[in-house]
Amino acid sequence: MKMRTLHAAVLGLALGAAAPAMADLTIISFGGAAQQAQEKAFYQPFTQATGIKIHPGEYNGEQAKIKAMVMAGNVTWDLVEVESPELVRGCEEGLYEKIDFTKIGNKADFLPQAVNECGVGIFVWSVALAYDADKLPQAPTSWADFWDVKKFPGKRGLRKGAKYTLEFALLADGVPPQDVYKVLATKEGVDRAFAKLDQLKPHIQWWEAGAQPPQLLASGDLVMSAAYNGRIHAAQQEGKHLKVVWNQSIYDIDSWAIPKGDPNKAQALEFIRFASQPERQKAFSREISYGPTNLKALDGLDPKVLGELPSAPQNLAVALPMNTEFWVEHGEELEQRFNSWAAK
Amino acid sequence: MSDFAASASAIDGADPDLKRRMRRAERRRNLAYFALILPLALLVLVAFVWPIASLLVRAVENEGIHDNLPQTVAALRAWDGPELPDERVYRLLADELAQAKGTPKLAAIATRLNREEAGLRSLVMKTARHLPLPADVSAKEALIAIDPAWGEPPIWKTLKRAGHPFTAFYLLAALDLTVDAHGHVALAPPQERVYLDVLGRTFWMSFNVTLLCLLLGFPVAYLMAILPVNRSNLLMLFVLLPFWTSVLVRIAAWIVLLQNEGLVNRLLLSLGLIQSPLPMLFNRFSVYIGMIHILLPFMVLPLYSVMKGISPVYVRAALSLGCPPWRSFWTIYFPQTIPGVGAGVLLVFIMCMGYYITPALLGGPKEQMLSYFIAFYTNQTINWNMAAALSAILLTATLLLYAVYALRFGPTRVKFMKAR
Amino acid sequence: MAGETNASTDAPHVRFIGVQKTYDGASLIVRDLNLDIRRGEFLTLLGPSGSGKTTTLMMLAGFETPTSGEILLGGQVINRVPPHRRNIGMVFQNYALFPHMTVADNLRFPLRVRKLSADEIEARVRRALAMIRLEEYAKRYPQQLSGGQQQRVALARALVFDPQLVLMDEPLGALDKNLREQMQLEIKHLQRTLGVTVVFVTHDQGEALTMSDRIAVFHQGAIQQIDTPERIYEHPVNSFVANFIGENNVLPGIVRRMEGGTCEVELDCGPRVLAHPGPVGMGDRTLVCIRPERVVLDPPEGHPNRLGATVRETIYLGDQVRICLAIGEQQEFVIKVPISRFDPGWSVGTTLHVGLDPNHLHALDAPAG
Repeated sequence: MKMRTLHAAVLGLALGAAAPAMADLTIISFGGAAQQAQEKAFYQPFTQATGIKIHPGEYNGEQAKIKAMVMAGNVTWDLVEVESPELVRGCEEGLYEKIDFTKIGNKADFLPQAVNECGVGIFVWSVALAYDADKLPQAPTSWADFWDVKKFPGKRGLRKGAKYTLEFALLADGVPPQDVYKVLATKEGVDRAFAKLDQLKPHIQWWEAGAQPPQLLASGDLVMSAAYNGRIHAAQQEGKHLKVVWNQSIYDIDSWAIPKGDPNKAQALEFIRFASQPERQKAFSREISYGPTNLKALDGLDPKVLGELPSAPQNLAVALPMNTEFWVEHGEELEQRFNSWAAK
Repeated sequence: MSDFAASASAIDGADPDLKRRMRRAERRRNLAYFALILPLALLVLVAFVWPIASLLVRAVENEGIHDNLPQTVAALRAWDGPELPDERVYRLLADELAQAKGTPKLAAIATRLNREEAGLRSLVMKTARHLPLPADVSAKEALIAIDPAWGEPPIWKTLKRAGHPFTAFYLLAALDLTVDAHGHVALAPPQERVYLDVLGRTFWMSFNVTLLCLLLGFPVAYLMAILPVNRSNLLMLFVLLPFWTSVLVRIAAWIVLLQNEGLVNRLLLSLGLIQSPLPMLFNRFSVYIGMIHILLPFMVLPLYSVMKGISPVYVRAALSLGCPPWRSFWTIYFPQTIPGVGAGVLLVFIMCMGYYITPALLGGPKEQMLSYFIAFYTNQTINWNMAAALSAILLTATLLLYAVYALRFGPTRVKFMKAR
Repeated sequence: MAGETNASTDAPHVRFIGVQKTYDGASLIVRDLNLDIRRGEFLTLLGPSGSGKTTTLMMLAGFETPTSGEILLGGQVINRVPPHRRNIGMVFQNYALFPHMTVADNLRFPLRVRKLSADEIEARVRRALAMIRLEEYAKRYPQQLSGGQQQRVALARALVFDPQLVLMDEPLGALDKNLREQMQLEIKHLQRTLGVTVVFVTHDQGEALTMSDRIAVFHQGAIQQIDTPERIYEHPVNSFVANFIGENNVLPGIVRRMEGGTCEVELDCGPRVLAHPGPVGMGDRTLVCIRPERVVLDPPEGHPNRLGATVRETIYLGDQVRICLAIGEQQEFVIKVPISRFDPGWSVGTTLHVGLDPNHLHALDAPAG
């Protein structure tokens, strides 16, 4: 998922310039709380175990940077965290190395979505309705409530982009979860989603950085927001009384991918193998409430921790998986339409 | 008489040699001049002219189809509907798709076609999965069997259209135009139109920011020009101070100040001037504030440099001729600041036109200018053709603006200022 | 000319009464200035830079306000009248022609401000251009003109709205010598024809002598002497005036005897001379001054002030010869000899006799210190 920060661009520049020493690994994630969790659960133990140093970096998921790097034949990022549609597209376009899964582990141990031609799932995340329980007298339970500005007056936060937003609009409009992508694949469905968004437009505060929703909720700028569950969880740890509505949430996985032509491919693969072990995955989920992709990691996990994970059975049951193929196909068109709609 | 002739011929004889030497000296001098400007000229060529030229080319380049399906495209050149192409074309397509299968070429084909019409990507991928075809079957029937879309003329028209090495598609799209089914240029459907609005907005916001910068900067520059040096230096320090902090830091500071629980709102609330926080962030207001903050020095400095050169004696002269102070200022002082106003306005306006980071961070979707969309296509969707097309539009608009400026305030227009 | 105005011709056009000006509260730029300017006269304020002459002009124009005292224009106190309501024409040092206006527009400017009818404006502009003989240049911009032409336009602009008083702040300073002399005559001529009062500031004493009806010599914020050019030149009241205007020989000494219209001074270099007494008394230290051209060469025996002198240097000037002499200890004494009376035999070391006519030898105050 994309966690924009003000400094991402600056850091990105700094990273682009710094050439890592031989055998060191440069790993690029989306930053924020999830990357801190990766440091503790993956990077530090990996360095201890292998002696390979890790240079962490962050980006906003711009595939342009990777494309430019691969085209120029000067790959300085050894491993990147990518979202599913980008992984599929990048794999087809030859931006990423194909992965020999035998070097990672037993395919059967993993969530099916975590096993890809060019990527290995890192964790399951969810984007869900979140609110501040101290500020709302009554708990919202669905996207229909999110759209109900009479019952819950105030500004709402949505991610500035078509992805998730259009799904939520259709869910709010009463489309059953299993039909959302079917409807959205038709012109009428898209019109319907935008019409629903039109109703809420004056009340929407758009956000781009994953860190924004918990802040804006806590400051009272927003009454409700679509938010990444891990961000909300992190705010809860800090004592904020924020809540996640798992009903009608959308989940997906972020994956590791190795840019094509990476000179340190072997070490990168080794890192993926290391980070995919149940113990490491368990450690990660204890740090931040994103679910493990290695199913074995769920065994023996504290039920309290498990309850906060998108991949907990009770949470999965009411959630909707993001349709990667749909977004690969329609992403550009819908994002463009969204942009023109939002800009008006 | 003979003496005279002799001396005349002596001069004639010396003449060619002298001329040659002079030419040689001139050539040497010109070479030296050329050597002096060479490094900069090379830099400009490599870092400026070449990227812009390749950008403009990129705006009309049509990659994906003609380079990956050369034979199909060549075969389609002879075809012009409405009936379906013949078996040969189907076979060529099937073969070339089969060759591309498993390589980034297929993705390039799919991406390019999907851009023409969403959904064609999966058609290409699905088709490729069934390839290669056995040599002894009808490729036409086989492809139609894979997907009935191959049995309809539109897909072939699309393929033919997308197969030209160059296209106006992106440039047209950047102006909210499309080519309809009949090949006519027409406005895009209303829900997809955005860039004309955004271009208009880019101009409008740039105009406002420039105007506000002028209104705010003019008195400051004037004060700096008339104050004694030690005090004008202090003022100059304040004007330049923003230059020494990073743009991101300044924007972050405005977010802290302007948010609902920010300093400004808290102050207004505690003074009882407002009952609930004013929405000052992520709207036009905050974008204007942020842009003015950053751009004001670019207005003040040219104004100041021109004003510094205007002697106060002109206003005195006007006063002595009976003109009241305010009118003296407007009829005598102000017209002489026009070169500074022109330079400042042009500088700020052109910088505004390309503004990206401030609207992106301080504005909502309604505040995004053309650069935002250029960044969007560059970074998010990797549609570099579209990004190049939008850049070309922005570049053209800026150049037009500069042309207007040059005609209005150019060297001929302000030549009377030179002597002073 | 001046008589056509309602004010009486005798009443001063401008009066400065007890005017003082200070910028820092400590030192006075102008100290206790009392000055009457007559209607229709050409008055020059002459002095070195920093003497207060320009400040005086600026106070009259209204760009500076007096710290104390009053300035009257036509009998009215104008201390608080802003410059644009004073109806005073002004010519500035660097002309101050508006660079963004043509010559004609510069001339129209004061008339438009006064809301004259278009016909009237055009007629006046035509007349003004004719006056300065620049009819062809109406559509030019100022910097397309030569310095002298710009100067004439500035003059025309200051006159085109018929002010009764015109101020000129070193208007000829930027011109070369020939042009300057030509403009001096032209300005003087215009002033006479139009009958306007002109207050002219300059530090060039030649210019002051050529043009003025009266000259006010400024020094250290005060007027040293105000009189006609001839009186100023021939009868300076103190050594500053004598030194500042024209060439001057100075011989220090002590007053030994006063007798009616003459006094006897014992020069430091030895001899005693008879002189015309200035503001000095018995026993005072004095500076005896005489213009070089008033020194007589080879006076007859019995001339009251016949002194021996030694040639130190001769300078050939074409029409005349400057001879630097030493009289006793006094090393600096200059005389001018017409070329017809110059004896080529005079060389360095030759001894001569000079006669100092008591009527032109002024015993003036010796500045303290």
